[in-house]
Amino acid sequence: MRVALMVTCINDALYPGTGQAVVRLLRRLGVKVDFPAAQTCCAQPMVNTGYLDEAVPVVRTFVDAFSGYDAIVTPSGSCAGSARHQHGLVARRSGDPGLERAVAEVSPRVYELSEFLVDVLGVTDVGAYFPHTVTYHPTCHSLRMLGVGDRPRLLLESVRGLTLLDLPGADQCCGFGGTFAVKNADTSVAMGTDKVRHVQETGAEVLVAGDNSCLTHIGGLMSRQRAGVRTVHLAEILASTEGAVLGVPTTAGARR
Amino acid sequence: MSGTFVGMPVFPTAAREALGNAQLRHNLAHATGTIRGKRSRLVEEVTDSITGDSGWEDLRLAGAGVKEAALLGLERELLRLEETLTANGATVHWAQDAAEANRIVTGIARRHGVDEVVKVKSMVTQEIGLNEALAAEGIAAWETDLAELIVQLGDDLPSHILVPAIHRNRAEVREIFLRAMKEVGRPAPEDLTDEPAVLAAAAREHLREKFLRAKVGVSGANFAVAETGTLVVVESEGNGRMCLTLPEVLVSVVGIEKVVSQWEDLDPLLRLLPRSSTGERMNPYTSTWSGVTPGDGPQEVHVVLLDNGRTNALADRTGRQALRCIRCSACLNVCPVYERTGGHAYGSVYPGPIGAILNPLLKGIGTDEQVDSLPYASSLCGACFEACPVRIDIPSVLVDQRAQVVDARRGHGVKSLGSGHAAEAIAFKGAAVALSDARKLGFGERFTRVGLGAARRLGSLPVLSKWAGARDLPPAPPESFRSWWERTDGGRSEGEGR
Repeated sequence: MRVALMVTCINDALYPGTGQAVVRLLRRLGVKVDFPAAQTCCAQPMVNTGYLDEAVPVVRTFVDAFSGYDAIVTPSGSCAGSARHQHGLVARRSGDPGLERAVAEVSPRVYELSEFLVDVLGVTDVGAYFPHTVTYHPTCHSLRMLGVGDRPRLLLESVRGLTLLDLPGADQCCGFGGTFAVKNADTSVAMGTDKVRHVQETGAEVLVAGDNSCLTHIGGLMSRQRAGVRTVHLAEILASTEGAVLGVPTTAGARR
Repeated sequence: MSGTFVGMPVFPTAAREALGNAQLRHNLAHATGTIRGKRSRLVEEVTDSITGDSGWEDLRLAGAGVKEAALLGLERELLRLEETLTANGATVHWAQDAAEANRIVTGIARRHGVDEVVKVKSMVTQEIGLNEALAAEGIAAWETDLAELIVQLGDDLPSHILVPAIHRNRAEVREIFLRAMKEVGRPAPEDLTDEPAVLAAAAREHLREKFLRAKVGVSGANFAVAETGTLVVVESEGNGRMCLTLPEVLVSVVGIEKVVSQWEDLDPLLRLLPRSSTGERMNPYTSTWSGVTPGDGPQEVHVVLLDNGRTNALADRTGRQALRCIRCSACLNVCPVYERTGGHAYGSVYPGPIGAILNPLLKGIGTDEQVDSLPYASSLCGACFEACPVRIDIPSVLVDQRAQVVDARRGHGVKSLGSGHAAEAIAFKGAAVALSDARKLGFGERFTRVGLGAARRLGSLPVLSKWAGARDLPPAPPESFRSWWERTDGGRSEGEGR
């Protein structure tokens, strides 16, 4: 099976550790993973803000980079959702039947990490060790656009040393929403502040999710509020073994 | 009496003001939370009679199906409705827009020489501003739905489709009743408390006088059955039925998307609507009327079939599904944006997720900043689509409308755009160039550390200040994933390749 890592533009630029964790994890599970260097972005920022013409060349780059792979794995429910549910729309807009065909070929092979592990590899115990209390935020696009369901939970419950605590109001949006976080900053912050309160109510040391963009928003609020909770991407917990220290401490950004 | 949404600011501005109102947020969180809980319990209990599995999805599909079928054959169904209503003794009028509909209704009221009408709670008459149009002709329109009465007496605007006074708590309601009832009819008792039953009793006394006196009633309709020429109103209080049966003359204003083909089509819709709206298995009152019945009820019945932007909406390939909406307000009650900003921020009688798509559909995109701000008033979390009983894919319509907004601005040329729009357009064009070519992206990423550092120091830039007002930026990594992969041969030179 030819497997490609789609690292996402946010992870590439800001969270390389998440991509490295996926590589480490997949290799541990016996999967040879490629990183097609021509990849850039899933085009979601453009599509969701209404810049469909601008999304066309980005989607073209995407299918060029990933065509020929059996599976394209990404540590982002949102970007997987974008590839599976929005690339067709962009291709139709382009009026290029070649692009439409390429998208139809590539987009169904894009998997969010937990889907790939559980559905394609058929594993829930990935041999990880993470001795901390953790609460899981199911990001909206994982939850509703992809329907990953309890796959992340199954994976987390099999991590040795990990205590998983229920997050109140887990299915409520954190308020990130891409450019929503800037265009409607006040509402975004109000939603995120409620999410932070719920995270703190659990008493967990770590907030985990399958999307670094949502974690950037929630973590940015927790950092400003000195909430004392770290944010860690699901991939990094699943890749971790004894002795690993992970995550973005919430006071990092405050030291300016 | 009631205010107007005309001149409302764009959503982000209106939302900021609403977010500052702690009482409003408390009232909304409490009310929507309660309705959400009731709804989800009743949705779960819908089971398939044969398999015993959940039957909700099948019911949603059935509801979406009957509405979609009627929309596909809209012209045929409307002509059939006109025919059956006329045969039943009703007079059918067609109205292209709000002004025409208002002229028809005020004309009927004037012909009967009345200076007041009683009203069944109706979204469509609010959409066209009927109360204001009647007031301009010296005719008072009395709202008889309890929540609508609170809004009207409070000289306020509705903020929810089902519960227009959701933003008010009972202490505020008591104040409004004490202050305003005496100005327009029977005063509230002086010993009025804020007990819900006491408040309801005061409203009952106040309204009774109006029910018994009014010669003309005005309503909308939840559904209009083409096969039988029957209009349907679904309600909880029975006040609507009083308006539908007591006056001598009844005028029903009906959006053309309300038509369904046949009587059986009501089956899924009447099961979906109360569960999705009030969290009840069945609503307490379902009233149906088919024209005139000699000696029973109104002896003169008018039906105004209203377009007001609906055929434009029908022509929108993605957006047309919004015409399936049965105004249950389930999407409002699950929307995290609505829950925090309330309904007034949407600047329309249709607030929340459905309002965010319906207003641009009815009013058109590219002419009004307030309308164009609505498709962006969502984090695209998808809770609305999940809750919608007729499966309106609101997030997809929002994204499509955002593209229409951007395309409309393209036509205007960058110079004539507001500076914010122009800067955004330039940023996305630049991003498209960088993100179409990995080499350019990799080059740009070398400056991530510089960029984040600068962002921290230059937090006063508009975009950055909107992020950094309440949120820290993440620490910059030493290198991008891409450059790590190149430097270490995918981690193999670091001893990770096995």
